[in-house]
Amino acid sequence: MPVKSNRDLGLFLVLLLLSAGSVLLAVFLGAADLTFSQVVAGLLRRGGARIQLILWELRLPRAILGFFVGAALSVSGAVMQGVFRNPLASPYLLGVAGGATAAAAAVVVFGLRSIFPLPLAAFFGGILTAFLAWRLGRTELGLILAGIALGAVFSALTSFLLFVAAGQRRLEEILFWTMGSLSRADWAGIRLLAPAVVAGTIFLWALARRLDALSLGEEGARYLGLDPRALRRALLATAVFLTSSAVSLTGTIGFVGLVVPHMVRLVLGPSHRRLLPASAFAGGVFLVWADAFARTILAPAELPVGVVTALVGVPFFLFLLRRAP
Amino acid sequence: MKVRLVNVSAGYGRTNVLEGVELELSAGEVLGIIGPNGAGKTTLLRAMAGALRPSCGVVYLDGQKLGRFKPRDLARLLGVVPQVPSSGFDFRVRELVELGRLPHLRPPDRLSPQDQAAVARALRLADLEHLASRPISSLSGGERQRVFLAMALAQEPEVLLLDEPTAHLDVRYRLEFLTLVRRLAREGMAVAMAIHDLNLACCFSDRLLLLSQGRVLAQGRPEEVLVPELLRQAFGLEALVLTHPISGRPWVEFRLP
Repeated sequence: MPVKSNRDLGLFLVLLLLSAGSVLLAVFLGAADLTFSQVVAGLLRRGGARIQLILWELRLPRAILGFFVGAALSVSGAVMQGVFRNPLASPYLLGVAGGATAAAAAVVVFGLRSIFPLPLAAFFGGILTAFLAWRLGRTELGLILAGIALGAVFSALTSFLLFVAAGQRRLEEILFWTMGSLSRADWAGIRLLAPAVVAGTIFLWALARRLDALSLGEEGARYLGLDPRALRRALLATAVFLTSSAVSLTGTIGFVGLVVPHMVRLVLGPSHRRLLPASAFAGGVFLVWADAFARTILAPAELPVGVVTALVGVPFFLFLLRRAP
Repeated sequence: MKVRLVNVSAGYGRTNVLEGVELELSAGEVLGIIGPNGAGKTTLLRAMAGALRPSCGVVYLDGQKLGRFKPRDLARLLGVVPQVPSSGFDFRVRELVELGRLPHLRPPDRLSPQDQAAVARALRLADLEHLASRPISSLSGGERQRVFLAMALAQEPEVLLLDEPTAHLDVRYRLEFLTLVRRLAREGMAVAMAIHDLNLACCFSDRLLLLSQGRVLAQGRPEEVLVPELLRQAFGLEALVLTHPISGRPWVEFRLP
């Protein structure tokens, strides 16, 4: 139907513009008091070196990284909710957050940073935990329970490591992972994450209609000629890869991946062909604004962005829920 | 012969629900599978659909062993409407019916004009055109049943398996649904349906298969199967078999012995 695809195309153009606009606007906000013309000049690589540095090395990478992290978490949250047909599923369902944090904490406490850079340790910590959950849980429910169990074990391990590290300066670095923050954003991280998010989202979008079919249950999906287990594996592996990539750069930011897909579903319906790309954009925009809020509301102090995503996201979500028919 | 079962036993775990079932289903015919609750009607359909591997015996589709088919190829030949179909999300009717095209698609699963035409035809046949953009939660039980029939029809299968298709339908839709099934058979489809209502089964089936405790008690034309002695064995009830004044087919009334 040409009419329908035109309307979809229009929707995505709007979302794309909204995303670019949000990133651009977020650059105007920050602890340093810059005027409008200073920001514009700085963005055009004119004016003082300090202003150029603030814009090009702090604010811009932070907004762009925030966009891709929000997109990664929302898309993988939407996939988790779709695969498990469970509205409470989040990107961290398979223990990715717990595993990544424990790995990062271990590297910090045992002083292994020169061998394992933190993001690398967190990335593999997340992936390996999810892989373990996949091997342990045979059924859908088993997989959820294995993920929850592993997540609990690893967060206990993290607490233990925090206890061991108590009183040391290293403690702060572990807290960074548990609360999540975009303060370490840089271009190197964006160069790694952005292509992964774009490719991962396109791959998941290509499987979106099959993800719809998974909601008919194992047998219903089989009657449509699908191999539910292989399909689930491909979808979950991609979602875990996206989540681990995001977590490796920013620690675990909560609520984005849980709440944003619900918001999008309430507006656009559950069809994953629209839900997945729209969640990517909406999650990106959401995190850009949450972070802009987190770093300006108590400036020069910074709130952990996870606090803002929960405080802003959840009430808005409840509001949408009440309005839904 | 479209579907053939040779000495099929099947079940769950170690218990066999079906024992030594022999069955043949040809193109263009409707086979009504009747029998009391727990007789194995659903299990038989699942074995025919390839969802349950027989513990013994062989299921053939188009002369080939069912187990040799790739799931995708199987789904192009065989459509199934389960007893209580459901979707985990509140999709629109058209979105669900479009899923029936999946066996004909490859990711990213774009619908070609032929796919669109098959979807439109399935919606028309199931009388759902006016509901196409409604979310499924807003439909009645009977309308929902027709959505899943339409999904199976969008597969354009040669064999259609229906498990209690009329359970949720009112009198009118029951007749319309089964009339549609007859029409599909006339166009060459092979249809097997499990059905509780013996009189409906009799009116709309070419042949009946009576299951009791996992075994085929009788198989044949309705007047061969619907006889008091067999019905007493299967259902434990006294059956009065009359002749329908208009259709001339058997008409069954039960009473407790």
